[in-house]
Amino acid sequence: MEHHAQFRTRWLVALLLAPQVLLVFTFFYWPAGAALFWAFTLEQPWGGGNAFVGFDNFTSLFADSFYWASVGRTIVFALASSCLAMGMALVLALFCDRQLRGYAYYRTALIWPYAVAAPAAAVAFRYVFAPEAGVFAGLNAMYPGLWNPAMSGTDAMIMIIIAYSWKFISYNFIFFLAGLQAIPRSLIEAAAMDGSGVLRRMRDIQLPLLTPTVFFLLVINITDSFVDSFGIIDITTEGGPAKATNLMVYKIYFDGFKGLDYSGAAAQSIVLMVLVMALTFVQFRYVERKIHYK
Amino acid sequence: MIERTPVLNLVTHLILLFGLAVAFVPMWLVFTASSLTIQEINAPPISFIPGDQLLVNLTAAWQRAELGTKLLNSLIVALAVATGKILIASLTAFALVYFRFPARMLIFWMIFATLMLPLEVRIVPTYAVAANALAPLQAILDVSGLSALWAYVTGVNLVMEWNLLNSYTGLILPLVATATGTFLFRQFYMTIPPEIVEAARMDGVGPLRFLRDMLIPLSRTNMAALFTIMFIYAWNQYLWPLLITTDRKGYGTAVMELKRLIPTASTTGGGTPEWNVAMAGCLIVMLPPLVIVALMQRYFVRGLIAADK
Repeated sequence: MEHHAQFRTRWLVALLLAPQVLLVFTFFYWPAGAALFWAFTLEQPWGGGNAFVGFDNFTSLFADSFYWASVGRTIVFALASSCLAMGMALVLALFCDRQLRGYAYYRTALIWPYAVAAPAAAVAFRYVFAPEAGVFAGLNAMYPGLWNPAMSGTDAMIMIIIAYSWKFISYNFIFFLAGLQAIPRSLIEAAAMDGSGVLRRMRDIQLPLLTPTVFFLLVINITDSFVDSFGIIDITTEGGPAKATNLMVYKIYFDGFKGLDYSGAAAQSIVLMVLVMALTFVQFRYVERKIHYK
Repeated sequence: MIERTPVLNLVTHLILLFGLAVAFVPMWLVFTASSLTIQEINAPPISFIPGDQLLVNLTAAWQRAELGTKLLNSLIVALAVATGKILIASLTAFALVYFRFPARMLIFWMIFATLMLPLEVRIVPTYAVAANALAPLQAILDVSGLSALWAYVTGVNLVMEWNLLNSYTGLILPLVATATGTFLFRQFYMTIPPEIVEAARMDGVGPLRFLRDMLIPLSRTNMAALFTIMFIYAWNQYLWPLLITTDRKGYGTAVMELKRLIPTASTTGGGTPEWNVAMAGCLIVMLPPLVIVALMQRYFVRGLIAADK
């Protein structure tokens, strides 16, 4: 960056940077500051603005068993969806990278689901898993009540995990395939000359060299599952039945906009923000090392 | 490299075909469902064979969700976000990489730290800002005493208001604000050898000329990549449009409108759920991004890998 910096026209710098800096300030820093303000204050019941309450909002949040239940579900959702999406993508990428006949078609086709809007995928899966019309309709006719995401919390959770992961299989697949293609072909050829088979090479060469990508994607998958699940939940379950799919991000929206509890929602936002920041920080540190790896 | 592994090749194809099935069966089911009659769709088992009602259901979905207006809104927002993003990101990155000025690193980190604040986690206060985008400025003026000064000098109280609710500006601006594209352009500029800018300076070329004649022609591919991912990102937005538009008729986007089509106990009133119409709507809404990816796949993959955080 230092060698590139050759120009010094001050007024031009100000002009070039102004739009982005203003936008970032208005839509990122000001709201983040407002969230902090609300998290540490409480609106007074008879007017008079907000009074400073210290950590009270957080204490009452952490004493709330509903909140911890929501945190627990978020963790289940994050782990299940990341494992499902990454596991499938990894297997597909490893075998696609063998570049057998039809390789280009597989690659193209497996990328497409990522273009589908999460809410559109959610509508589709809501139909596919609808108890009266979807894939389970036949089974439901034989054994009534076997599958119903509108009644059973477990069924609802399974449905949102699958609907959410479906799209991320494509996303992870793109990254895994790019990671595999960055491995020098000569390494694999050398191993083949030494007589190791396809599966052996996957286990001993490709997978170990792919660990930076795996780690990078794991962090991205978990972070995204914290924040990106909103559309899926709002379309399929709205947090129900009986709050079984009320993940943290949905609870913020619900408490803030439906419950109008700004201070409670702000405290929850801060907790989620800290979580996302911690994960991103890990990833930033890791990305630095990943560059050395290449 | 040629190896004879017939069994493993078969297994490979089976695994990949399974992957294709996972990717395409849901989409195929959406397609078949949108071509069935309401009786057919509610008779289990689920049908994999399309019927002949596709046009009927598409028309019904189009009318019921007013998709004409909604698709136009989505298109306006997606195009504006993608172009706005390219414009702002390339200029910001240009300033950050090619200029020497005080507080450069501070501004750099200030912009990139926003990658850690996704919209979803600061949703309530961002909404409050959108109700009056000038509130931050007003607060600064109030605190610094400048508005008091203004009131004293002119005798008029300074009240600034710019409501972004129910407007294209409100739908677009917060999505343009993110730092993803800036990061992509910065990374790209760094790969251009610094000798080029040194040579340009020696020839007496000013910064704007350098931007126009060197950087913009060089970054065409990056612009296409960023355009593709940003178009899809903006088209697929759900939470923000949901909050910023209370006037769904005028400013609703196509993706949000999907929820209205889902048959629930309250909308069907105990009647048979019209999944066929809902799926027809779903088909229409998911088509434009799919077309974009199909046409610009190379750029899409490139942009995705380069831009991600």
